[in-house]
Amino acid sequence: MNNNFVKGSWQEILDWAQNKSINMLHYCTGCGAIELPPTMTSRYDMSRFGIGPAATPRQADLLLVTGYLSTKTLRRLIYTYEQMQAPKFVVGFGSCTINGGMYWDSYNTIKQLDKYLPVEMYIAGCMPRPEAILDGLLKLKKMINNGEADGYQRYQDNLEFYHQNQEAVLGEVQRTQ
Amino acid sequence: MIDLIYKIGHFLLITVFATALGLLFMGIARKIIARIQKRYGPPVYQPYLDVLKLFGKDAITHGFIFDFGAVMALGGVIATLFFIPLGSWQLYSMEGTVLLVIYLLAVASLGMAMGTVGSGNPQASIGISRALTQMLGYELPFLVILFSLIFRYQTSSIWGLMQAQAGSFLNWNLFAYPMMALVAFVVLIGMMGKKPFDAMIAPSEIGSGPVVESGGKYLGMLLLQKSITIIIELALYVNLFLGGADNIFSFSFKMLIVWILATMFGSLFPRFRIEDGVKFFWKWPLGIAILQALYIII
Repeated sequence: MNNNFVKGSWQEILDWAQNKSINMLHYCTGCGAIELPPTMTSRYDMSRFGIGPAATPRQADLLLVTGYLSTKTLRRLIYTYEQMQAPKFVVGFGSCTINGGMYWDSYNTIKQLDKYLPVEMYIAGCMPRPEAILDGLLKLKKMINNGEADGYQRYQDNLEFYHQNQEAVLGEVQRTQ
Repeated sequence: MIDLIYKIGHFLLITVFATALGLLFMGIARKIIARIQKRYGPPVYQPYLDVLKLFGKDAITHGFIFDFGAVMALGGVIATLFFIPLGSWQLYSMEGTVLLVIYLLAVASLGMAMGTVGSGNPQASIGISRALTQMLGYELPFLVILFSLIFRYQTSSIWGLMQAQAGSFLNWNLFAYPMMALVAFVVLIGMMGKKPFDAMIAPSEIGSGPVVESGGKYLGMLLLQKSITIIIELALYVNLFLGGADNIFSFSFKMLIVWILATMFGSLFPRFRIEDGVKFFWKWPLGIAILQALYIII
C-alpha cells in the first residue's frame, strides 16, 4: 500500500464527511437573504441534509453571497472569505452575482462575482425560491463528495489574477497573510 | 505494572465512552428540537460527522496561549471525568470528590478564557465574561444544595452520596427532597448553557461567544470538550438525585431522560440577559435551596 493511496482514500473520507456536514455563512447584503429563513426553518428545513448556519467565518465552510455586491461590501466579503478555513466554498446566489442582474449599469456594484472570488456554482433566479436553493445545495454536496469543488485551490493557484481584479475595483486591499 | 496498564486502559475507555455518548446526546437534542419546531431535523449521528469534518479542516492558530487554552479546556474536563462514578465505573473515590469536581470544572472554563485571551477577539471576551458571570450565578445555589446534602449524609464523596440513596427508589433525593432536585435541575440547565441561560454563546448576538475565533481543528476539540462536559454534568445530577445506577446501561438511560427533559425545557424559553439570569439564580433557586437547607439542618 503506497503513501499516495492512503492519502487519497483519507481525502475521500474527509470529502464524504464534508459533504454530509456543511456550515453555511450567509452574507446577507442583497434581497436573497429573505429566501433563506424559509429554507432553514420548518417549511423546507435544510438541516435534514446536514446544512446548518454558522455564527462566524472561522466556523463556516460555505459562503453564500445573497445578491448584489457594492464595491464597499465586496471588500468585507473578501476579508470574510480570507478568514474562512481551508475546505471552503462560495455559492453565488441570484442573477446579481452572475452578470449584475438589475444592477447591470450601476456605477458602484460589481457585475461578475467570479472575477473576485472563486465561485463553485451559481443558483440562478431573481430571487431563487427555497426549492431552487435546496436543489443547488444538493448539487454542491454532490460536487464536494466527488472532489470537484476545489475553489479554494483555484484561489491559491491564481492568486495574482484574483488580487489584480480585486485591486482594480477596490484600490488597496488589506492582506493578512 | 499490570495494575498500571489496567488503570490506563480504564482511563481511555471512560474518555472514549463519554465522548461518544456526549456526541450521541447532542445529536438526539438536535433531533428533539427539530421535532418540537415541526422540522425533520439532522440525523442523530450528525455530531460525529461534524467532528470528523472539523478535524479534516485547516486551522489557524492565534499563538501559544490560544493553543494552550484549547488543550486546557479539553484536559480539564477529561480530568474531571475520572472523579465521577459512571454506573459502576469509578476510578478514584475519596472524601471531597464533590468539591473537587466543582473546582476542576472551573479549570475547563478558565482554559476557555485563556483561549479567548489568546485570540484577542472582543466578542469572545464578552462571551467568556458572561460565562464566568453566569458561573457565579449558578454555583451559589448549587453549593448550598451540595453542602446540605453533605450535612445530611455526612459524606462528601459522590460515591458515598450515591450509596446513601440505595434501596428503594423512594430513597432517591429526587423524591426525598423534590425542591432541591428542582433547583438542581435549573442549575443544570444553567451549567450546560441551554436556552434560557445561553447568553454566553448567543450565536445571533455575539457570534457564538468563546468559540468565535476557533475554526477547524480547534472547533473540533471544543466540540469534544462540550460533549464530555454534558456527560459530566448529567452524571453529577444522576448521581446526586437519581440514585446513580449499578451498571453503565441504566446509568446512561437515566442520563438520557434528564438530558431530554433539559432539552425540551431549553427549547421552550427565550434567552435571559446575563444580569437577569444571575438575578434569577440568586432569587428563586438560591431562596428555595436555602429554605431546603434550613429544613435539613433543623
